[in-house]
Amino acid sequence: MTSTAPPTPSTTDAWRIEIHKRPGTKDPAGHKSLEALAELGVDVARACHAGHGYLLPPDLDREEVERVARDLFTDPVLEVATVLAPGEIPAAAPGRVRVLVAKKPGVMDPVAESIKRVLRRTLFDREIHAQTFQLFTFEVSEGLHLEQAEAELEAAAARALCNTTIEILRVGREDLPFGAPKDAGTKRGRVEVALLELDDAGLEGLSVEGQLSLSLEEMRAVQAHFKGLGHEPSAGDLETIAQTWSEHCKHKTFAGRVEFQKDGGEPERFENLLKETVAAATFAIDAPWCVSVFHDNAGIIEFDAGYDISFKVETHNHPSAIDPYGGAGTGIGGVVRDILGVGLGARPIANTDAFFVGPMDMAPADVPKGCMHPKRILRGVVAGVRDYGNRMGIPTISGGLWFDERYVGNPLVYAGTIGLAPRKYAHKKVHPGDLVVTLGGAVGRDGIHGATFSSIELTEESEEDSAASVQIGNPIEEKRVLDALLQARDQDLFRSLTDCGAGGLSSAVGEMGEECGVEIDLDEVPLKYPGLASHDIWISEAQERMVLGVPPDKLDALLELCAVEGVEAKAIGSFNESGRLVVRDAGETIVDLDMEFLHEGTPRPLRKAEWTSPEITAEPVAAPADHGRALLELMAAPDIQSREWLVRQYDHEVQGNLVVKPLVGVGADAPGNGSVLKPLAESPKGVAVGCGANPRQGLLDPYAMAAASIDEALRNVVAVGGDPARTAILDNFSWGNCQKPDRLGSLVLAAKACKDVAIAFGTPFISGKDSLNNEYRVGDQTIAIPPTLFVSAMSVVPDVERAVTMDAKEPGSRLYLVGPTDEDLGASHYLRLTGQNAGRVPQPDLERAPKVFAALHAAILAGDVRACHDLSEGGLAVAAAEMAFAGGLGIDLDLSGLHDPAGLTQGSDLDTVLLYSETTTRFLVEVAVERAGDFELHFTGAGLGDIARPVGEVTATDRLRVHGKLGTALIDLPTADLRAAHHSGFQG
Amino acid sequence: MSTPRALVLRNAGINCDAETVRALEGAGADVDLLHLTTLIREPGRLDDCQILVIPGGFSHGDDIAAGRIFATELVHALRGELQAYVARGGIGLGICNGFQVLVEAGLIDGSLGDRAARTIALTDNESLKYECRWVHLQSQESACPFLVPGEIFPTPVAHAEGRLAVRDDQVLADLYANGQVALRYVTADGGEAQYPECPNGAVDNIAGLCDPTGRVLGLMPHPERNLLPGNHPLWTRLGKRTKGEGAAFFERIVDVAKAPTPALS
Repeated sequence: MTSTAPPTPSTTDAWRIEIHKRPGTKDPAGHKSLEALAELGVDVARACHAGHGYLLPPDLDREEVERVARDLFTDPVLEVATVLAPGEIPAAAPGRVRVLVAKKPGVMDPVAESIKRVLRRTLFDREIHAQTFQLFTFEVSEGLHLEQAEAELEAAAARALCNTTIEILRVGREDLPFGAPKDAGTKRGRVEVALLELDDAGLEGLSVEGQLSLSLEEMRAVQAHFKGLGHEPSAGDLETIAQTWSEHCKHKTFAGRVEFQKDGGEPERFENLLKETVAAATFAIDAPWCVSVFHDNAGIIEFDAGYDISFKVETHNHPSAIDPYGGAGTGIGGVVRDILGVGLGARPIANTDAFFVGPMDMAPADVPKGCMHPKRILRGVVAGVRDYGNRMGIPTISGGLWFDERYVGNPLVYAGTIGLAPRKYAHKKVHPGDLVVTLGGAVGRDGIHGATFSSIELTEESEEDSAASVQIGNPIEEKRVLDALLQARDQDLFRSLTDCGAGGLSSAVGEMGEECGVEIDLDEVPLKYPGLASHDIWISEAQERMVLGVPPDKLDALLELCAVEGVEAKAIGSFNESGRLVVRDAGETIVDLDMEFLHEGTPRPLRKAEWTSPEITAEPVAAPADHGRALLELMAAPDIQSREWLVRQYDHEVQGNLVVKPLVGVGADAPGNGSVLKPLAESPKGVAVGCGANPRQGLLDPYAMAAASIDEALRNVVAVGGDPARTAILDNFSWGNCQKPDRLGSLVLAAKACKDVAIAFGTPFISGKDSLNNEYRVGDQTIAIPPTLFVSAMSVVPDVERAVTMDAKEPGSRLYLVGPTDEDLGASHYLRLTGQNAGRVPQPDLERAPKVFAALHAAILAGDVRACHDLSEGGLAVAAAEMAFAGGLGIDLDLSGLHDPAGLTQGSDLDTVLLYSETTTRFLVEVAVERAGDFELHFTGAGLGDIARPVGEVTATDRLRVHGKLGTALIDLPTADLRAAHHSGFQG
Repeated sequence: MSTPRALVLRNAGINCDAETVRALEGAGADVDLLHLTTLIREPGRLDDCQILVIPGGFSHGDDIAAGRIFATELVHALRGELQAYVARGGIGLGICNGFQVLVEAGLIDGSLGDRAARTIALTDNESLKYECRWVHLQSQESACPFLVPGEIFPTPVAHAEGRLAVRDDQVLADLYANGQVALRYVTADGGEAQYPECPNGAVDNIAGLCDPTGRVLGLMPHPERNLLPGNHPLWTRLGKRTKGEGAAFFERIVDVAKAPTPALS
């Protein structure tokens, strides 16, 4: 294999096999590429032919290459191959421009990895290097100069066909680098860093230069520690401390000391904000069915038949801003590994996802420098989740999508995974003497400084600077790890494990060895290519790896199992009782740290937090000129419109357990409340999953926002049959820069709400994650995201046969509105239509709401509910419209039976408030006439009075008709129009 | 006849093996779940099985083309064994990615071992998107002994490369003439499917093909995902159900495996 010859300017030192469609065959990929350019307003080509290509080592002979081309790369029915010798250039075709896109050297290319494997196992008996590229051949429009077309295509391709952070773009040029990244000749071993004599400026300089992301106070603590030891640290020591102390791994802010002051009142002091709010609720509730909370990779609760279910949701925001596809994919990959690593390992049974991005219709000129257009971000993150989740064979069953201008520089990507495992695997223990074994992919430069990078502010240079911190996933590697790991678990081949995520081995091994001690030999770590420094190997975030603690007598059995599955497993050290983290490489000690200092030595500064409540005016809510038109506009509003285009791309049916789908109704195109799985053949029980977020409300009232988000997640699961008394929730906070007191102040308020609401509902938080530096700097301006608390709920459904969907079922049955409506239009979708910024933000009544959930659940269990839809964005009107078109039926709504809203502002229009208010804890419920009495009794019997009010009926028509409080006809629309409006938005 | 033995063959990225095993066991078969590496080491495992199933998933990530690498490894290591298996009347089933593997391996069009002779392909959906949805299939008059001609049943599909393409019109005519067109996408009442009832743009709305013996069947949709009464997307609108329509699909395969193998020409 030759990889040392420098590429010449015009050619490539490798065999090149190009695969083209046979003339006359369909070419949807070529067509799509042309559309992508058209969307950018580039109109220089009349056709595009999509192809792809492969590079193979120049020392192969032509016969070998042609055999590979024929037997592996070409479909004999659809494609033809062209083989070009090293140095050969494709024949020029008049009027055509060729565009090549290839991965930069060292960037993960899963296809090339698969090719290397299959070549070694079939056509060759040795390692053959291989690379891939994409090829677009554009037919230039008549009368256009080739040079002009090339220039325009180059600019457009960089925005539509490739990501130049990780990919090479060639327009009208044929040179592609071949071979592994050059060996920089980096020496392995200990590198000493001069720290002891540095002054404050020197310490800060070192932190920035070394991308350590440590504050001055932290650098001082490190310096003091090494002064006490009397020697300089190594680069490995500093990197290990930086990774372990990173905001990402340590949650210094959320678990830190905070002094909070609201509206200039009495200061409130927290010694550990997280422990005293979110976690305090869980411990106060002390639910006996909580198996493991907060300390492991995910939270675990009891399910049934000797099984537990676990749930973790991660943020992967910064990587997704740089490379949406890779960032979102590795976000899923990372949270799946959390579940693989919870207890002694759980089987992933579902994924969830949520995205918060800029508006799809943002003018390109308004996109800040250094940011991608929100459309491109959204398409990329959806494709990333799709390709990773689908390939892993994990159904993506629940999620959400929100839009706001302030997410343009900091898109938010939440990825969650639910696991299932026998109860005996809920806990793990590290034993001194056990071997440290890595499982999975080899190590490259991938994601170096990911943990520290995720903890800083993004700037317009980030896209360029941070290429190294982009990890590209290889889902099939992770699937191999999953297959091997769960078999090894069932054969008792290990007794502790964790995932390799942020911080790589340094975090994973450091965490596992915390209670005892560990020694690692990096010479044993499998590498993708030479040239990595010792500390790079130690902190690399190369994906798809797990770390196991393996009893020495089980190692051979583990290695044999992994060989069958095609997974690399390697013993790289052992646990001991030294209380130290020691890492050796090339015969030298590159890390030697006291575990206690590493894990407990972080300074705990007191942070200031403050909140000044914004003035909320009580303007009267005016009726729209036309309720029908307002409703159609609401149905098409970005946060309300159908996400079918996105949901369909996820395999939600794999594993065969989904019984309430994310899309429901006769057309399978209406938004369900939550989804339900039936994961065990031997149990009638199900798992319901839902989520909630209200970022815009958070700007006005963070406390109410957090409370409403929890209520929304609970509404999702209760509406489909989940038991509110067997529901666990997860918190994921994404905030602006919480070094700023006002951002931290809103975080404190949201955290306080989490505590109060969780306790009131008896719904414990079992896991969480925060990302507290989502600000984007352009010049001297920063854009902070709205405070975004994403709440996920997981609930046990006592009997899936009682599960309920939201589609209207039967003409003549009665509709009830459960829950009173107040004038809660602050930051509502209705007021966004009118442009008003006023009104109270909804928040649940903590006394009443838990009783409402319990009573509704009892009604569902009793079989008294035909359909149930929770009221959220857009209020009653939107819920009724969705329920009607989902059922392929009509609905007559009659508001005359509803109570007057509480706290009605003088001059507010009653019907408008009833139709569009976003008051929490409300449901629209269809009940068969003969069950109406029983249904009402569930609420009256629970001391809730007449909280379930008749509000109309399902009809055999195809229209939604609404009559107001006083009988006025307000809306009369065909459901087909409502459905069409709902599907009129962005389609991907 | 004793309980039929099914071998479910997996490989890196196959991800529907658990539900496929469940379906076969539920239909009354004994099931052996094997990794291809193990079958290559112990090819004799094929001798005592009557049903060989390649489940759905993304074997090797669909890298290069869906099913290509799995098929390459399979044919490289076990070509003779596969030929013998088909010749003795062994039943073969490929679902989704498994269908793609069967096509790539030449086990549907009889081109096993001679790639250049392959006449059919499964390729990118016309939408160029991965799509997960429920469709209706109709069993055709075909050589396949475990389908009931005319029957319409709902099944989920989920794939990005499921569009059947043929080398030329003659190939399509021959597939019909040989009784190889086993399953077609139709509307719920049996009408001609348009997108999205046919989710991928397949030629003639073909969803499944068998080999000329009829005993090797490949299909893009996933009957193994429709075993529970609650799998059907509209079950909350239907009456009481005891199982999904996919269960019967596997029961018939197991029934055929129990019957004496007919002499193959």
